[in-house]
Amino acid sequence: MTLRIFIADDETPARERMKELLGDIAADVPTAVVGEARDGLATLDAVPGSGAQVLLLDIQMPGMGGLEVARHLMALEQPPTIIFVTAHDRHAVEAFELNALDYLLKPVRAERLAAALKKAAGGAAPNREQLARAAASAREYLSIAERNRIVLVPIRDIVFLRAEQKYVTLRTREREHLLEEALVSLEKEFAERFVRIHRNCLVARAAIRGFERSLDGEEASWLVELDGIEERLPVSRRQWPIVRELVNDKS
Amino acid sequence: MNVNDSMTSIRQDVSADFLPDFRNLGVLARVLIGVNALVLGAALLVSSDLTQATERFLRSATLAEPLLVAAVIALFALSVPLARLPYWAGCAAVIALVVALAGLVHAGLLWLLGEPPSDLRRTLVLSGLAAACLLAYFRLLARAYSPALAEARLQALQARIRPHFLFNSLNAVLSLIRKDPRRAERTLEDLSDLFRTLMSDARQFVRLADEIALLERYAAIEQLRLGERLRITWELDGAPSDALLPPLVLQPLLENAVYHGVEPGTGAGDVLVHIERRGDRVLARIENPRVEEPNHRAGNRMALANIRERLALFFDAEARIETSTPADRYRVEIEMPYRVARRSPREAA
Repeated sequence: MTLRIFIADDETPARERMKELLGDIAADVPTAVVGEARDGLATLDAVPGSGAQVLLLDIQMPGMGGLEVARHLMALEQPPTIIFVTAHDRHAVEAFELNALDYLLKPVRAERLAAALKKAAGGAAPNREQLARAAASAREYLSIAERNRIVLVPIRDIVFLRAEQKYVTLRTREREHLLEEALVSLEKEFAERFVRIHRNCLVARAAIRGFERSLDGEEASWLVELDGIEERLPVSRRQWPIVRELVNDKS
Repeated sequence: MNVNDSMTSIRQDVSADFLPDFRNLGVLARVLIGVNALVLGAALLVSSDLTQATERFLRSATLAEPLLVAAVIALFALSVPLARLPYWAGCAAVIALVVALAGLVHAGLLWLLGEPPSDLRRTLVLSGLAAACLLAYFRLLARAYSPALAEARLQALQARIRPHFLFNSLNAVLSLIRKDPRRAERTLEDLSDLFRTLMSDARQFVRLADEIALLERYAAIEQLRLGERLRITWELDGAPSDALLPPLVLQPLLENAVYHGVEPGTGAGDVLVHIERRGDRVLARIENPRVEEPNHRAGNRMALANIRERLALFFDAEARIETSTPADRYRVEIEMPYRVARRSPREAA
């Protein structure tokens, strides 16, 4: 059976060589290249509709690095199997080893490539936890899968994240999205940017405009006023001291 | 042009003692400060309080300052012939020169003021002693940055190229071998020239023309990889090809420009290489676009510190390196003295 391959690398010579190598091993592992991309965002754009089964993904690409690309692709219903490719990044290699992620070192050798593809043909895509642990830094975007498309929301556009029953609601000034991620892990990954104001809610520190005292109910409580959004969010009594610190820092 | 041949333009024998370079700003500053410190120290030693010391210092200064200025000018003028003498003969000549000048200044002051500013013999002996003290100080200084030590530092400083560059270049060559074997050959030649320079003797000056050739070889390799994303503008019309500079001062800056300004960007990146001579200075400017790097890649400051230190080892206080960020660009500027080889390698050997 022919394996459908997508090649993501910012350097044209590198993509050319990868195709040459795929040609060399065609008798052993028959493949068809269904797409190519030269930066991270273009990869995210093109992979979902390409029908690729395996993504050969360079980890150092302009715009968005390979590891973040992989993390967003996992939002797809049927993500491709990913084989990372790197020339010299020692830290990335350690992280791949540690988290059992498949990778190839440049210059890629034909026999290694064949072995990796055979393994990938039978294997599953990496899971989010593996990728999150391997990533050295927080993501620049959060992603939402919409049918056969990945919508990216820049982290800096997010005003708040609120856990509902099964999902997390992501709110920007313009829109609302549903995320399939846990609020706890989001809080950990983006601790610098967001503050927890309630058991179920993270707010962008930069978006907090002020506080309003609310007197309905039997007890007085505080509401967060936000930049560019009418909605006020309640601060839980438990989080109030932490949130108040933040205000004091600001003023 | 062969980079290796012309690298031997001057070769200093670093294992022997040398008279200081009396045309070097750092040396001149040390002489001025050193002599005044000696005079002040002497005044303090023989005085009972500060007022008296100040008075004595000022009195000594009427003799010491004109002598100092005369000596500095004479040494500046004679630095070339003095440097040709063997070390100890050079020292003797410097001391003799200073003592002779002291005699002249003494005579001049006697004629001007109508009375001797101080005892002549005392003046002669003291000025000779001061000159000897300063020569000894410069020798110690040279020993502290001892040739072996300076050499080790230079070699260690030079051998830093990013491993990623080697791998990237090898990958680029591998991808060319089948489609364009001739270009692959040329790239390997460029690569060997680069590494020959990297492994060459870090103590020698190179001609600017050779450093520029190296820049072009480096650029050719990166161009192969990055294609139309890398656009370099070369402004080299005013570049003095015979100027001497430490090896690999400009190449790491161009490498930085590509690494930080072009590679992380999705579009094309414009890099500027501008070199010119302005009077007795050589100016080099390298610019690249500023690209926001979310996971900022380190190493930039290290390369700059490295070059700054090497410039200091070669030029002391006379070279400077500065960075600025005009608009959306990142700019590094180097200014160094315009030096050319004074002697052929044969004579120097």
